[in-house]
Amino acid sequence: MRFLTDRKRVEGLGSAKQGTGHFWEQRLSAIALLFLVPLFVLPFAYNLGDGYEEVRAAYAHPVNAVIAIAFFVTVSLHFFQGVQVVIEDYVHGRLGMILIIAMRLLSTLFALIGAYAVIRISLGA
Amino acid sequence: MVQLTLPKNSKIRTGKTWPKPEGATNVRKFMIYRWSPDDGENPRVDTYFLDMDKCGPMVLDALIKIKNEIDPTLTFRRSCREGICGSCAMNIDGQNHLACIFGMDEIQGDVKIYPLPHMPVVKDLIPDLTHFYAQHASIMPWLETKTNAPAKEWKQSIEDRKKLDGLYECVMCASCSASCPSYWWNADRYLGPAALLHAYRWIIDSRDEATGERLDDLEDPFKLYRCHTIMNCAQTCPKGLNPAKAIAEVKKMMVQRTI
Repeated sequence: MRFLTDRKRVEGLGSAKQGTGHFWEQRLSAIALLFLVPLFVLPFAYNLGDGYEEVRAAYAHPVNAVIAIAFFVTVSLHFFQGVQVVIEDYVHGRLGMILIIAMRLLSTLFALIGAYAVIRISLGA
Repeated sequence: MVQLTLPKNSKIRTGKTWPKPEGATNVRKFMIYRWSPDDGENPRVDTYFLDMDKCGPMVLDALIKIKNEIDPTLTFRRSCREGICGSCAMNIDGQNHLACIFGMDEIQGDVKIYPLPHMPVVKDLIPDLTHFYAQHASIMPWLETKTNAPAKEWKQSIEDRKKLDGLYECVMCASCSASCPSYWWNADRYLGPAALLHAYRWIIDSRDEATGERLDDLEDPFKLYRCHTIMNCAQTCPKGLNPAKAIAEVKKMMVQRTI
């Protein structure tokens, strides 16, 4: 029994004074992905099954390389923001916080690996 | 984690079946949730039969008939019996309605009546709305001004007054909030569709001078942004209002003031 008033329970820790940035960025990244997904998938599918040299040549083109990096960065940001909302909805307390941190690390790692792979192929190392 | 199953002491059992009315030809079966805090028993579903030739058309008519003629222990809230007080909100045939304005002709088969979902139950069909009312109070549901009060009234154009249509009609029956999955999982932090609809009603009021403060208070991942436009609120609202749209308008204003 904590003897909290109903109003005290509702007020909690007050407004976080944030949330709109997350909401807006999630929508922007969704719109960006509408274009980035086909732009990434088309050259990827076109070169599927080709040898190393052909693929390297395709991603040596700056447009393909930049689109691929933009795709990896945007998709991991959008993924993280989406999964963060799901975790906040369903998992509460410390476990929720741990999961959010883990998903943030995972999505950042995904973006870094994707970008590194594209740069490596593109520059022909 | 969210609780997806009922705790052991809330599991619903089959209750008492009351006898059918004698000599009736037009009989309808009612299955009604019962729980009392006094006996330490689990909730149960009691079965009643009514002669529909001697019963009014609305679900509330049936409940009142059961209470008057069959089982006086059946407990429910009701007052105006015309959809303006918001007392008799309950889950009828799987959706939240006001029992007084929901006709039994709209239900096929047996009539199943439960209290509003995911709310603590006081007794039978009466939910505890304490938290819901406190959330409503937290959005400052009154005209907030800084300018000295005018000698007569705060004036408002006809166009600005029209912006309140579809908002001021809310009777705070809690049907929408109790139908919202986001509210089920996060009612402690998410304000829910009803409180947010009321918040927007004051945000959009041309006479109110606390728009910024009101938006500041809602700027929160949980208070406002738990709404994922599921639209159960609009689907269930007995007054035909659209809380989801009001919430979307608040979100648009939030974005508008940042870009």
